[in-house]
Amino acid sequence: MKILVCIKQVPDMESRFKPDSQGTWFSEADLAFRMNEYDEYAVEQAVGLKELLGDSADITVLSIGPDRVVEAIKKALAMGCDRGVHIPDAAVHGKDPWQVASAITAFSQGKGFDLIFTGMQSQDRGSAQVGITVAELLGYACASTVVGFEYLEGSVVVRRELEGGGKAVVRMPLPALVTCQLGLNVPRYPTLPNIMKAKKKEISTVSLGELLKEGPLAETTSFYPPAKSGGGIILEGDVAELADRLIGILKEKTTVMR
Amino acid sequence: MKALLVCEYREGKLLDTSYELLAFAERLGADTAIVLVGDAANVPRYSGKVHLAHVAIYGEYNPDLHKELILAAVDRENPDYIIFQHSSYGWDLAPRLAAKLRLAQVSEVVAIAGDGFEVGCCNAKMRRTVKPSTAKAVITIQTGAFTPQGEPQGSPTVEMLDVAAAGKVEFIGYEPAEEKDIDLGKAEVIVSAGRGIGKKDNVPIIAALAKAFGGELGASRPVVDAGWVEHSHQVGTTGQTVSPKLYVACGISGAIQHLAGMKKSDFIVAVNKDKDAPIGEVADVLIVADVMPFAQALTARLHK
Ligand SMILES: Cc1cc2nc3c(=O)[nH]c(=O)nc-3n(C[C@H](O)[C@H](O)[C@H](O)COP(=O)(O)OP(=O)(O)OC[C@H]3O[C@@H](n4cnc5c(N)ncnc54)[C@H](O)[C@@H]3O)c2cc1C
Repeated sequence: MKILVCIKQVPDMESRFKPDSQGTWFSEADLAFRMNEYDEYAVEQAVGLKELLGDSADITVLSIGPDRVVEAIKKALAMGCDRGVHIPDAAVHGKDPWQVASAITAFSQGKGFDLIFTGMQSQDRGSAQVGITVAELLGYACASTVVGFEYLEGSVVVRRELEGGGKAVVRMPLPALVTCQLGLNVPRYPTLPNIMKAKKKEISTVSLGELLKEGPLAETTSFYPPAKSGGGIILEGDVAELADRLIGILKEKTTVMR
Repeated sequence: MKALLVCEYREGKLLDTSYELLAFAERLGADTAIVLVGDAANVPRYSGKVHLAHVAIYGEYNPDLHKELILAAVDRENPDYIIFQHSSYGWDLAPRLAAKLRLAQVSEVVAIAGDGFEVGCCNAKMRRTVKPSTAKAVITIQTGAFTPQGEPQGSPTVEMLDVAAAGKVEFIGYEPAEEKDIDLGKAEVIVSAGRGIGKKDNVPIIAALAKAFGGELGASRPVVDAGWVEHSHQVGTTGQTVSPKLYVACGISGAIQHLAGMKKSDFIVAVNKDKDAPIGEVADVLIVADVMPFAQALTARLHK
């Protein structure tokens, strides 16, 4: 069983975001980066499946981006992926989902991956397009927003999450691609011995130029904070004082204190 | 300009969000046609054309077949925009259509911005304007962003759609959401715990604050996914939708899926260490503070 996991590195979402010099994405100054949360579930699901299948399973983890994304690849290797592929691109934020999906598709073509795991979306761009587009381009069966996964001899049964918390249960033959939703599993923390072991695992580099022959289909023309709509009050200070002030406001503005 | 609107049918019902697609098309100034895999007895109230495929034949969830059906409607209408709701149905189908037609897709549009579309990014903290480079485009719109004005009216002309194709994905059935052990809908006050509370051991402190208000404990999704609080307490698109007299969000950032479940509350208090957290957009009062000491201080004050 050959498995591919596609991961992205994103900034910590608690950061302050400021536009870059072109005003089309965020400036990376002062930001700390980590593995996209949705992708952690993808890595965990692949590694969990390998534990079930034994060494006949081989997991490749792939990431496109500047050199810093190697950190995310290393984390995935420490979680249990077998080999890493880095596709260097310092300008990946300027590629649209179509180009990212086209590059991943070109990489995957002819490699015979039985299963591909991606996150449902990235936390920074949130387009929820790349995984499904890859499946479409490769002609793989695909289910998105998966919160339950089971492998059954040559097919997978997955639970797709629906609005309201209900689920749709679907079966797909291999090869297949699933996009992983929050809560699919509990991603493991890499242990120290596994971090050490991961250092010996291979991370190969593939040039984007070899893979990407497609131009963008959409363009980001600007990046900005939302227009402030809230006429809300902002309170800061000592917690005991804040508690008093809040009670005062609640007594005045709501009926819950009576 | 013409827009093809892809309406949604689930568990034997036409979804009301279909009318949000019409509201969006109206803002665009587009002529419309609808495509629906549904039932002739349950079509949208609308005076226009509905391309209808029988749900009894094609199923409610069969993305490969639904894609082919929508493509057949695209052939008939030659639309400039193909528009979906950004829902579990829409975000799943839209990229399949866009890839097949080699068109730009813009996801989860919240507003029309000149010749582009405004979308959220960075977990709702920021916005982007995205402009399709292709002459036509596939769009998904954020649920709740385009509200219909007035009661929908009319009865459509229905044209049947049929395709001969096989799908790779086999639908087995629906599983209902987990049983609710509490009905948050009845609570006058809800105090919700988010990831910002830090650890499971802190849940009882938030629960004590809820109790001090005579209310119930709510939660954001990560807190539920981590097993700190049961799913029946989850507020949001994949949990419960609530509108209490007072909603207190403790360490919750304010992602759209959470906001969708609580923004209709009468009065909203958010406690967050980050002044820029998007929850501030809907909060009547934003307390910028470390959440646990503040929660304890507030509980103590309420007991006085
Ligand atoms: C299809 C789909 C459906 C979803 N459905 C739901 C849903 O139903 N409900 C839901 O809630 N989410 C849902 N989500 C997830 C949603 O997108 C967010 O990931 C989630 O709401 C974030 O939860 P949070 O605010 O608790 O955590 P985070 O986004 O991590 O935010 C934590 C917040 O706590 C603050 N904080 C941290 N430490 C402290 C401190 N010491 N003191 C004060 N503040 C602090 C931070 O500044 C931050 O704002 C869904 C996502 C998808 C894709």
